[in-house]
Amino acid sequence: MRHFKINHEEIKNGTVGRSVKHESASAQVTGKAIYIDDRHQTSQILHGYPVMASVSSGTIESIDTSEALKIPAVSCILSADDIPGQNDVGPVFKGDILLAENEIFYHGQPVLLVVASSYEAARKAARKVVIKYRQTPPLLDIKMSIANQDWVRPPHSLKKGDVDTALANAANRLEGEIAIGGQEHFYLEGQVSIAEPTEEGGIFVHCSTQNPTEIQHLVAKVLKRPFNFVTVEMRRMGGGFGGKETQAAPWACLAALAADKTQQIVKIRLARSDDFRITGKRHPFYNKYEIGFTDTGIIQAADIQINGNCGYSADLSDAIVDRALFHANNAYYYPAARILGNRCRSNTVSHTAFRGFGGPQGMLTAEQIMDDIAYYCDIEPLQVRLKNLLRPGMDETPYGQKTSQFVMADMLQKLADDANYYQRKSEIAKFNQSSPIIKKGIAITPVQFGISFTVQHLNQAGALVNVYTDGSVHVNHGGTEMGQGLNTKIAQIVAQVFGIDYEQVLVNATRTDKVPNTSPTAASSGTDLNGMAALNAANTIKRRLFDYLEKTYHVDHTSIMASKNEVHFGEQKIPFSKLVEQAYLNRISLSATGYYATPEIYYDRATASGHPFFYYAHGCAVSEVEIDCLTGESTVTRTDILHDVGHSINPAIDKGQIEGAFIQGMGWLTTEDLIWHQDGQLASASPANYKIPAIGDTPAIFNLSLYDSENPETTVFRSKAVGEPPFMLAISVWCAIRHALASLTQQRFVPALNAPATPEAILTAVIEANNWNKKQGCNRD
Amino acid sequence: MISFALNNEWVNIKNLAPNLSILDWLRTKNGKCGTKEGCASGDCGACTVLIGKYQNGQWKYQHINACLMLVASLDGKHLITIEGVSEQVKTQGGELHPVQQAMIECHGSQCGFCTPGFIMSLMALYLNHKSYPGKNKVIQYLGGNLCRCTGYQPILMAAEQSFTYPRQELNIESIQQKLALYIKQKTENAEIELSDGETGRFFMPNHLTTLLQLKVQYPKAKLFAGGTDLSLEFTQALKQPETIIGIADVDELRHTQFDSSGIFIGAGVPYADFMEAFCQYYPEAHELFERLGSAQIRHSGTLGGSIGNASPIGDPAPLLIALNCEIELTSLRGKRRLLLESFFIDYKKTKLQTDEVITGFYLPPRANNLKLACYKVSKRIEDDISTVCMVLAYQTNQQQTIINARCAFGGMAAIPKRAFHAEQRLIQQPASLTTFQQAGEQITNDFTPLSDVRASDSYRLSVANNLFTRAWYELEGRIDVSKPQTRIKHAAL
Ligand SMILES: Cc1cc2nc3c(=O)[nH]c(=O)nc-3n(C[C@H](O)[C@H](O)[C@H](O)COP(=O)(O)OP(=O)(O)OC[C@H]3O[C@@H](n4cnc5c(N)ncnc54)[C@H](O)[C@@H]3O)c2cc1C
Ligand code: FES
Ligand code: FES
Repeated sequence: MRHFKINHEEIKNGTVGRSVKHESASAQVTGKAIYIDDRHQTSQILHGYPVMASVSSGTIESIDTSEALKIPAVSCILSADDIPGQNDVGPVFKGDILLAENEIFYHGQPVLLVVASSYEAARKAARKVVIKYRQTPPLLDIKMSIANQDWVRPPHSLKKGDVDTALANAANRLEGEIAIGGQEHFYLEGQVSIAEPTEEGGIFVHCSTQNPTEIQHLVAKVLKRPFNFVTVEMRRMGGGFGGKETQAAPWACLAALAADKTQQIVKIRLARSDDFRITGKRHPFYNKYEIGFTDTGIIQAADIQINGNCGYSADLSDAIVDRALFHANNAYYYPAARILGNRCRSNTVSHTAFRGFGGPQGMLTAEQIMDDIAYYCDIEPLQVRLKNLLRPGMDETPYGQKTSQFVMADMLQKLADDANYYQRKSEIAKFNQSSPIIKKGIAITPVQFGISFTVQHLNQAGALVNVYTDGSVHVNHGGTEMGQGLNTKIAQIVAQVFGIDYEQVLVNATRTDKVPNTSPTAASSGTDLNGMAALNAANTIKRRLFDYLEKTYHVDHTSIMASKNEVHFGEQKIPFSKLVEQAYLNRISLSATGYYATPEIYYDRATASGHPFFYYAHGCAVSEVEIDCLTGESTVTRTDILHDVGHSINPAIDKGQIEGAFIQGMGWLTTEDLIWHQDGQLASASPANYKIPAIGDTPAIFNLSLYDSENPETTVFRSKAVGEPPFMLAISVWCAIRHALASLTQQRFVPALNAPATPEAILTAVIEANNWNKKQGCNRD
Repeated sequence: MISFALNNEWVNIKNLAPNLSILDWLRTKNGKCGTKEGCASGDCGACTVLIGKYQNGQWKYQHINACLMLVASLDGKHLITIEGVSEQVKTQGGELHPVQQAMIECHGSQCGFCTPGFIMSLMALYLNHKSYPGKNKVIQYLGGNLCRCTGYQPILMAAEQSFTYPRQELNIESIQQKLALYIKQKTENAEIELSDGETGRFFMPNHLTTLLQLKVQYPKAKLFAGGTDLSLEFTQALKQPETIIGIADVDELRHTQFDSSGIFIGAGVPYADFMEAFCQYYPEAHELFERLGSAQIRHSGTLGGSIGNASPIGDPAPLLIALNCEIELTSLRGKRRLLLESFFIDYKKTKLQTDEVITGFYLPPRANNLKLACYKVSKRIEDDISTVCMVLAYQTNQQQTIINARCAFGGMAAIPKRAFHAEQRLIQQPASLTTFQQAGEQITNDFTPLSDVRASDSYRLSVANNLFTRAWYELEGRIDVSKPQTRIKHAAL
């Protein structure tokens, strides 16, 4: 059902395109917005807490719960044996174990669940359980996994042309590698679930999750009940970022298990440091490449190996490494390419979805390649990027999808002009010459991010729209609100359809008994999918109302228009609420479901080709940095962004997504440093030693513009997805740091720089640059 | 029993676990869930509340981390939560306070979980300023509040915008009067019967002698000053001490003196209450204090707590050691003073006897021509623990020869420690770049640091070495060449 046309007359007076405030803003600033842990705080409920393994690899020899059971508040301790159904919460493939049976796969893996009458007692008792293990050496080095071909899923590669010949014939060849760190989501609200037994013998679950349907299914499977016995409700999350796509499930399932056993309400909330230790993170990657290119810096061939460190199980890693492959060319044309993706196993927590979903790790490699070529050929990096962009005639990606919207060159040039890129660059060169300690750098990088789930069947959504006889409207949809403003945009869309005020529409909790069989709110698809479903539902009701008018007043459909809380037909008009009341009296249904499935997408794994993305979202950023060559400290002093959200449904919300994503990406590439102890235990397991950006890290000058364009594809009001793509704008920061480093060698050599570019990583690179200078006999001291 | 005000309500409490945090009390005992828990370790600011203290005849409101502060220490104080802000506005016939209004209009909340904490820090900013104090001040106030969604830009804008609306004060005089009266009438309130019957007791003495007596009576009791360190034992290590002695209200520990005879800082004075005065004498130390934790931490944390905890990565110790500080230890047996550098024995081991408390710190008057460099290097500029902290103090004569030098480091050894070899390389040498570089190279003779979550040993050695070069450029950089930029630009530097 793709009948979407923008009625410009309606748009002018409507709410779509307006920066209305977030639907929860007033509740949030007054502390009245309710999050899951705010429920049942003063009532008598039970609390569950996991007992976590203290080794990374091995088998369980014995378990002694006697000390824990001595604590009077403890009511029971549950193990895998207590699970009536399946002990597996894998979202796609089996292997994500709820409670360890015998084998331990990572440090912190839940083995038992303590249930007690207070949160403190449950936590304390969990620490009193004594487990003995027979340890085996853990696999913790990705290079070892690669050497042993130890995968959680088989490799998959993209192939285009004859790479070996193209490389052999290339004018220049370069090799490179990069180790890319993972990232902790650090949603401000940690994982939390509450399960309540229902009178039918089912379970009602409140869960902070991006995927209520999957929680419903997994709880049912763990408890061995039909799906209809489990209902999941999710009003809002205190942040998700991918970290609550699959990682919310174990706690919901365990709470449900305990609730089912005890027939009482059970809450599970992970303390922050445990949330760090036992929930998955963005995948660390180790990527290698060999590229061939002309003397003028044009890529001839790219042979890239992408290795994702998946942790102990598959979780979503197959799709994540796929997305890394799909973005290893970013916005660039590779005439010949081989891009191999390995899914490496290791004895850590299973790494998972995080904003960008593998895309960032692929794209960073593409941008490193562009810089390598630029420095090698001594060509201005933006020029190299412009020369290599996908463009008409050179529009085919390594996976066979042809790009059809060519805005990147225009965006880059516009941004370079607006941000005074070239002039600032020459000022920076001058500054660096006379600055021995502080070096500045600047870089501009593009983002071309494919929109759609790469798993085809997830690209569907449902919605339920109810119009009440006073003209107020209630909407449910399959998406979840995690701060991104999805409910606000959906309310705007539905208000727009009916030509009523935004305030007339209420969108609240997502529930599996209202809209069933939904997809996770992920892949930036929330508005694209659910917005379209809500639009379809609203349009169904609108059509019924217009049909009624047509029949009753003998007016032509085309003369009817809904705007400003009124419906105009012929020469007449009627308030929307009156029309609704009349329709009800005339026995017209005012409730409708809506459904949407993204058209045109497919991907064939056997040939590694297809059309996995409905469209691409674009953006570009230019960042300026300073680095301290004595300490490696760095700072971003200015960032300018130009981003393409199509026809924005809510510019303020979209800008909020872009700024927030950029800062989060900046954190990933600078201060956010995951460190594991040698035994596989996470060392950076607290915000005391894992540092996300703080308020002073926001660039002092931070400009953002939306690129003026409509989505050429028929998306909801021609908007574009915005959740993930701007995350990768932060790659400009990393490239700018490299530019600053290159000034140490007069741009003749850029030292390797891993991600994140912590002070230590930068100082290491400074030392490498200084050594290079010494070797060249041009020590400048 | 303790008594305090929660928003506009009077609260008396007799029975309560002595180590219960304000955050848990608000949420689990009062159902006031507007205040959020993001970490329970002082790092995220989601739990930020305002504490009003009556000091020298005036009420002062500061934002603190409710996850680290104990209910027991609230006696005589005014606690304001996000619910209180809303109640206030309602009684004045409005719906939103200017800071709330501004946050909405600037789109400063997305998921909203950090928002109540930001509102409370913004309230502190608002109450303590009549007009917009500039972006750097805002960043100082909000450096301890993390937001993972917005990227902070809208919150920075909201801070400014809140000052553009008609001013709205809090209507709290009557509860303040009641509290002031209570504080006046409060006699020696040594033992506050705060106990839930199982977990032990909490004492909150007002005088040093009572404190010292308690220390003898309960040798295992934990002293609780600002709690920014000790509370982690409750929230992270889940320990439950039998007896806690709160020392924040002990008069003798809250005293400071700044004059020509030198400086005295009482062990129980929060950083925020002495750092400005301190920096008038030692402006170079500004950065160390400004970057010590967050505003919330600085409103609670004390020097006594920092030194008492004997952390090798604390920032005050290197500063105080380099400035030749003496620590005063007091017990019923009497007072004694030691050089601070000799106080530390080994990792978290000090010369403090079980019956002693740290009462204060003495610094000699600032020497003429003293040159001072205070550097903190960490992964993140704001609210981070030092990877390396260096303080170098030296004097030169008219020939520009270095005549003495004291240099202390944090993060380089099991205790805060002087770099003797480096010092020796400086003394009697011309204050040249070469001298400083050679001193830096001595660092490997002075220290064998650890590799840990913050950095590797080799990074620590390189940085410690290089900081001497930075010090030379900053303190000696010649006048004929223009001084080069020595620090990256950052709002918190
Ligand atoms: C988020 C966060 C950030 C921080 N950042 C920094 C930082 O950047 N730099 C830094 O240096 N520190 C930092 N700290 C550490 C610490 O909070 C401070 O150094 C603070 O000074 C500790 O003081 P307190 O009064 O809160 O100590 P408390 O927690 O009250 O006490 C700490 C210890 O000292 C003992 N003690 C307290 N007072 C006395 C006394 N008078 N006599 C004897 N023993 C005593 C206590 O019994 C306890 O064992 C940070 C802490 C947190 C939570
Ligand atoms: S909860 Fe994070 S600072 Fe208190
Ligand atoms: S709005 Fe989500 S953390 Fe700040």
